[in-house]
Amino acid sequence: MSTPYAKLPAWADYGLIPLINLFVAFVVAGFVVLLVGENPLRAAVILVEGAFGKGTGIAFTLFYATTFIFTGLSVAVAAHCGLFNIGTEGQAYIAGLGIAIVCLSFDSTLPWWLTFPLAIIAAAAVGALWALIPAYLQAKRGSHIVITTIMFNFIAASIMVYLLVGPLKPAASQAPQTRNFLAGAELPKLNWIIELFGAKIRSAPLNVTFLLALVMAFLVWLLIWRTKLGYEMRTYGHSPKAARYAGISETRIIITAMMISGGLAGMMALNPVMGDQHNVAIDFVSGAGFVGIAVALMGRLHPVGIVLAAILFGMLYQGGAELAFEMPAISRDMIVIIQGLVILFAGALEHMFRPYIQALFASFSPRSVGMEAVKGKGA
Amino acid sequence: MAQAAIELIGINKSFGAVRANRDINLEIGRGTIHGIVGENGAGKSTLMSILYGFYQADSGEIRVGGQPASIKTPNDAIALGIGMVHQHFMLVDNFTVLENVILGAESDALLKKSIAKARSELERLEREYGLEVDPDAIIEELPVGLQQRVEILKALYRGAEILILDEPTGVLTPAEADHLFRILRQLKDQGKTVVLITHKLREIMAITDTVSVMRQGTMVATRETAKTTVEELAELMVGRRVLLRVEKGEAAAGAVKLAVKNLTVRDTRGVTMVDDISFDIRAGEIVGIAGVAGNGQSELLEAISGIRRAVSGSVMLDGKPIDLTGAADPGELRDRGLAHVPEDRHHVGLVLAFEENENSILGYHDDPRYLRGPFLNIDAIRNDAKDKITKYDIRPADCRLKTANFSGGNQQKIVLAREMEQDPGVLIVGQPTRGVDVGAIEFIHKRLIAMRDQGKAVLVVSVELDEIRSLSDRILVMFAGRIVGERGPEATEGELGLLMAGIEHQEAAE
Repeated sequence: MSTPYAKLPAWADYGLIPLINLFVAFVVAGFVVLLVGENPLRAAVILVEGAFGKGTGIAFTLFYATTFIFTGLSVAVAAHCGLFNIGTEGQAYIAGLGIAIVCLSFDSTLPWWLTFPLAIIAAAAVGALWALIPAYLQAKRGSHIVITTIMFNFIAASIMVYLLVGPLKPAASQAPQTRNFLAGAELPKLNWIIELFGAKIRSAPLNVTFLLALVMAFLVWLLIWRTKLGYEMRTYGHSPKAARYAGISETRIIITAMMISGGLAGMMALNPVMGDQHNVAIDFVSGAGFVGIAVALMGRLHPVGIVLAAILFGMLYQGGAELAFEMPAISRDMIVIIQGLVILFAGALEHMFRPYIQALFASFSPRSVGMEAVKGKGA
Repeated sequence: MAQAAIELIGINKSFGAVRANRDINLEIGRGTIHGIVGENGAGKSTLMSILYGFYQADSGEIRVGGQPASIKTPNDAIALGIGMVHQHFMLVDNFTVLENVILGAESDALLKKSIAKARSELERLEREYGLEVDPDAIIEELPVGLQQRVEILKALYRGAEILILDEPTGVLTPAEADHLFRILRQLKDQGKTVVLITHKLREIMAITDTVSVMRQGTMVATRETAKTTVEELAELMVGRRVLLRVEKGEAAAGAVKLAVKNLTVRDTRGVTMVDDISFDIRAGEIVGIAGVAGNGQSELLEAISGIRRAVSGSVMLDGKPIDLTGAADPGELRDRGLAHVPEDRHHVGLVLAFEENENSILGYHDDPRYLRGPFLNIDAIRNDAKDKITKYDIRPADCRLKTANFSGGNQQKIVLAREMEQDPGVLIVGQPTRGVDVGAIEFIHKRLIAMRDQGKAVLVVSVELDEIRSLSDRILVMFAGRIVGERGPEATEGELGLLMAGIEHQEAAE
């Protein structure tokens, strides 16, 4: 017996429902703010103003968003192939190694526009290789990708710590990081774009990687919905049995999808390393890989949604930092709570309000929920 | 009619915008066997789920034994003496029969007392209704027919006076089905009321006293079984005249297209499911494989289509060998002209989350017609899908619609259109009309015959004996992984039924 599952118009599915989820998340977060004795409305104002109120805020928001676009795309590509890549964090971290090698080798000789493509290739290649091993184990040995990618996060972290306190650290330095890159490995800022709109920016790390992220979002869309490879990935993601039936090699598709995912994760490292800090430091990823999971889920695995969700999380990061500064009662951890609530309502409880909205739509306009299609028409 | 056991008055039920039941009125006489027929999606299961308390009607009244009843949960239904035997059994596989029977009806914190009570009760039921089952047998070791009997016992143990059976014969051999019918008649003789939901019209004719027909959520007619015919019921179900028997000419069998020799296939647990099977299919004939579900037909299909690796055996396609034990994959077989309509279209033959046009290239997505370099040629794919939609009368005619939103019959047509339009030399089809409505069955059968008449070799595997008999030019019967007999299309149901049950019947063979 089949339960009819009415479908909603696309704008409600992709616009209204995420907005409602977001709203509820903020309402609940408001109660938490109330609980620590602050005014939730004022907190919301500070948060939004901190993220979008000034040119500097916008630039920071977009800088964080850049990072999340990469990790979100990485998670989404794997998810379209039915694979849960929790290893984005480690793949991005270890990709820092590839970038370090390129930058430390060429920053004194090449201009940034030659170093950058080399670093993109190195970052993507190292990230992809780091994803290859769990992918191979999944495809050939059936080792669950969730478990192996988590373990590879720890391995990546350990390797990076070893390298950053040892071989990669300048001899006299006490900081666990590489030497600072020279001008040849520093990416140009994009702050002038925001300044075009009349906003003032003191100093913010928004850089050309943001454009790379947008290009990648487009390429991921092209890959998933317009190429044969994407078609095969989606087939496998929805039904491994159907993929087998269609003659799609399980080994090949798992490894390919994971390497693309790992490559995208690796590119994330470009943003903080070459665009902001100009060195590779310990823990520079700082959880962005895991935020990518939330971004991908909230963006419904669609590049447009992912870009929007990444900007939302960028806002939470930037506005959250302002909030912690302005309201001492709200600590950095409180921001994590708010982010957690967003993830909870937008990700885990994504469908909580769906039945009600469907009923609402059905009662107002039966046609809009595809009644014709759902009603089983005898042939 | 006898006094009513159940009356349904003006029942309405909608899911979102879909009206699954509208203004249903139904009266079921006490001590009768009442059949409810209708196509998939006609609302039979919804109606029974309302009666059993899974769903609540939006409006309408239920009366049990003349008294208005409020049935909010299955427990309310049980308290009113209504029992249900589901299509998919609700049994705990590693429990004994007794443990399953008392599950949810334990009378005490300790099981000992309940079990003792159940044991004596089961003995009584066995005496009264001929429901023989070893109370200490483990469920997973029982054949399907006996498992179903446990479901009936469960309902009777809970004091059911009214028993609803949902598609009870789908998994049974003809002999097991006959036994079930004997039990149902005995129940009726003891004054119980039986409601039988089915889409098999012959069963309705064989066992029911009255029959009600549903179509698109409405109750279109109620008839006394003795005063109606299969043809009339089919017409009522579909809303127009249908051909139940496929018309076809003599087969003109040509050269051997597919030769299977000594094929052996094991399932994932290592159990031999196909045991040293050999057969040929010639161009221009339909070979049907009959058998009760689970006797190796699925594994045979999977092996021949390259989905599952065979253990040993050799297969020749158009006179050239294919290595089913190793290298061959479904893509290669497709390239060599073997098309496959799988048994499980929901998980294998289709990706339900895809748009219709995306499914219409599944397996043929390597074809340069659908590609532009590494990119999909979206226009070509959609135009191709639209052509197939027109040619196979797939409804709704929208190639951008999600496949899950098509009815079972139309989903099957999507698969058939894809496979048949590739003009394969060999077409193998698993369960061509499972879950497909009567109107589409006729269409699918005609198409299969047309393929045969174009000189294709067609292999059909089906658990519907009627279908095998009306389509096939030769019938192979599978039992326990072996082919236990070959018959012509004139073979009687009884003869095939005995073969399907693994009983060698010498007289029938001669």
